Amino acid sequence: MIRIEELLFTYPDSDFRLSVAELSVHTGTTNAFVGASGSGKTTLLNLIAGILLPTSGRVETDGTVITGLSDRERRAFRVSRVGLVFQEFELLEYLNVLDNILLPYRINPALPLEPAVARRAASLAERVGIGDKLKRFPKHLSQGERQRVAVCRAVLTDPPLLLTDEPTGNLDPVNREKVLDILFDYVHESGTTLVSVTHDREILGRFENVVDFRVFHQSELAADDAGADR
Amino acid sequence: MSGASYLAGRYLAFHRWKAALLVTALTLILFIPIGLRVLVRQSSEQLSSRAQATPLLLGAPGSPTELVLNSLYFSSDVPAVVSFAESGAVAETGLATPIPLYVRFRVRDQPIVGTTPEYFSFRDLRMAEGRPPAILGEAVLGAAAARSLGVGVGGHVVSSPESVFDIAGVYPLRMEVTGILEFADTPDDDAVFVDIKTAWVIEGLGHGHQDLSRPEAAPGVLKREGNVVIGNAAVVQYNEITSDNIDTFHFHGDPAAFPVTAIIAVPNDDKASALLQGRYQDSATLQIVRPETVMAELLGTVFTVERFVVAGAGIVGLATFATVLLVFLLSLRQRERERETLGRIGGSPGAIRFLMGSEIAFVLSMAVALAALLTWLASRYGSEAARVIVGI
Repeated sequence: MIRIEELLFTYPDSDFRLSVAELSVHTGTTNAFVGASGSGKTTLLNLIAGILLPTSGRVETDGTVITGLSDRERRAFRVSRVGLVFQEFELLEYLNVLDNILLPYRINPALPLEPAVARRAASLAERVGIGDKLKRFPKHLSQGERQRVAVCRAVLTDPPLLLTDEPTGNLDPVNREKVLDILFDYVHESGTTLVSVTHDREILGRFENVVDFRVFHQSELAADDAGADR
Repeated sequence: MSGASYLAGRYLAFHRWKAALLVTALTLILFIPIGLRVLVRQSSEQLSSRAQATPLLLGAPGSPTELVLNSLYFSSDVPAVVSFAESGAVAETGLATPIPLYVRFRVRDQPIVGTTPEYFSFRDLRMAEGRPPAILGEAVLGAAAARSLGVGVGGHVVSSPESVFDIAGVYPLRMEVTGILEFADTPDDDAVFVDIKTAWVIEGLGHGHQDLSRPEAAPGVLKREGNVVIGNAAVVQYNEITSDNIDTFHFHGDPAAFPVTAIIAVPNDDKASALLQGRYQDSATLQIVRPETVMAELLGTVFTVERFVVAGAGIVGLATFATVLLVFLLSLRQRERERETLGRIGGSPGAIRFLMGSEIAFVLSMAVALAALLTWLASRYGSEAARVIVGI
C-alpha cells in the first residue's frame, strides 16, 4: 500500500507547488493519475518512486517510509520494488532490444545478471510480440515495439509496484491498446500495483481508481479517498 | 566485465567510426612529436656513429656534406672526383692508411662501392657466406642488397646504365657474386662491393674484347699498319669478365689518374691526424674533412628543424586535444537524458560516471597504445625509413 501524508513539493526558483494532504493506493490495484499538463502528475510519480524528495511530508510504500531513506537506500528500494515506464520509452540507442531489457541488471551491481534473467527477458519479449527482434536496435523498431521493450525492461525485476508515465502518449490507437493489454495482463497476473499518469481520458475506464488532478488546486491537492479506494 | 564496462563497450561499438576518429586524432597528436623525436634521435645516432667511425675523408673541393653523404651513406649525389694518385700520396705521407672509394654506379637501387680490401677490415664487415672479391668482375653484396636483389653466392648482378638514352655512355657489366656480408645495420648492408678496378671497368676505363690478332676476329679489323691493328665497330666487347676472357681486359691510360670519389684516411694516431689535416688544409685541389664535424653541423640543422616541427606539432596537438575534449563534453551533455534514465532505473551516480569515464578511458588508452606501437615501429624501422626518405 502506498500512503502519502501532508506532502508538499516545490521546485527551487519556480512557482510550482504540489500539495497532497492524503492519498492512499492499495496494493494490487490499478490507478490512474489524470490531469492537465503541469498539474504535478509526473512529479507525484517521481516522489512515489523516490526519484524526488518532497519538501515536507511523508511517502510510505509497503511499510517503507521512502522520505526517510538516504539516496542510496532509495535507489536500492527503486531497483528492488519499482518498475518504471516512460512516455519517451527512454531506450538506449546503442543497445539492442535484449540489452535494453536487461539494462537494470547491467547498471546495478546489486542485480546479478544470471542466465535465467536473460532467459526471462527473452521470454517477456516473446510474450509481448517482439521475441524475434531481440538483436535489433531501437531505431529499427516502431513506436509500439519500443514501448513494449520499455515495458519488458520495467517488469524484468518483477517489481511489486509499476509506475508508468504516459505509457501510451506517443502511440497510435492500435498500439495504445496493445501496450495497455500487455500492461494490464501482466498486472493482473502478477498482482502488481499499477500507478499510471495519463492525460488520455479514453483509457481511464481500464483503471480501478482514478485520481483526477483537475478537481484540486495544486496548492490544496487532496486525495479523493472514495475514488482512490474504490 | 562489469555491466558499466559492457555498456561502454556497446556504446563505442555502436559509435565505432566516431570512436575511431577520436582514437586516430589522439594517436597522431601523441605520436607525431614523440615519434619524430625518436626517429630523429635514432637516425642522428646512426648517422653520427658512422661519421665518428670514419676519421678523415679526402675529396675534391666542394660540398663537404655531399662528400660525406656519398662516401659514408652512398647517397646518389656524386661529388667531384679526385685522382687515384691522391690515395698513393696519402700512403706516402706515412701518416694514414688510405682507402679509396668510387661510389658512382648502381645495381638497380643498390650503390656499387668500388674500393680496396682494406675497406672490409676498416668497417669490420664479415662474410656471412662466400668470399671477398678476388679478381676483376666479382662482387660482394651487403645483406640487405642481397635480399633486395634476390641474388645469392654464385649469382650475378648487372650494373645499371646511368641513362638509357646515352648509347655512348656506360655499358652494363655483369658481375659474379662471390659473397654475402653479415647484416651490419649500416648503409653497407645496401651496397654492392667491387674492387675499385672493377668500378673503373664499369666506367669504361678498362675493357676486354676479342684478340684482333686471332683469325676469328678478322671481321673486326679495320686496318693493319705493321704491329698496329685498328678495330672497327664489329669488334666484340665483353660485358662480363670470366676466366676465359679476363686476360683480354686491360686499362687505357695511367691508373694513377683514374677517378675516385673519396679517400678514407685512417690516421696512425691523433698526432698523425692533426698533421694530415694540416697538410691538406690549404690544398686547392683537395679538401680534407672530419665526417663527425660535417655530420654534427648537418644534424644541428636537423635538430633545429625538428624543434620547430615538434613545437608546431605541440600547438596542433593542443588544439586537437581541446577539440577532442570539446567532443567529449558535448557528448556528455548530449547524453544527459541517458544519464537521467540510468539514474531513474537505479544506476548509481558512481556507476554512471564509471560508464561515461570508461568510454573516454578506452579511447584514450587505445590512442596511447597505438601511439606507443607506432613509436616502437619508428624506433625499430624508423632509421631504415629515414634513410629511404632522405635518400642515403
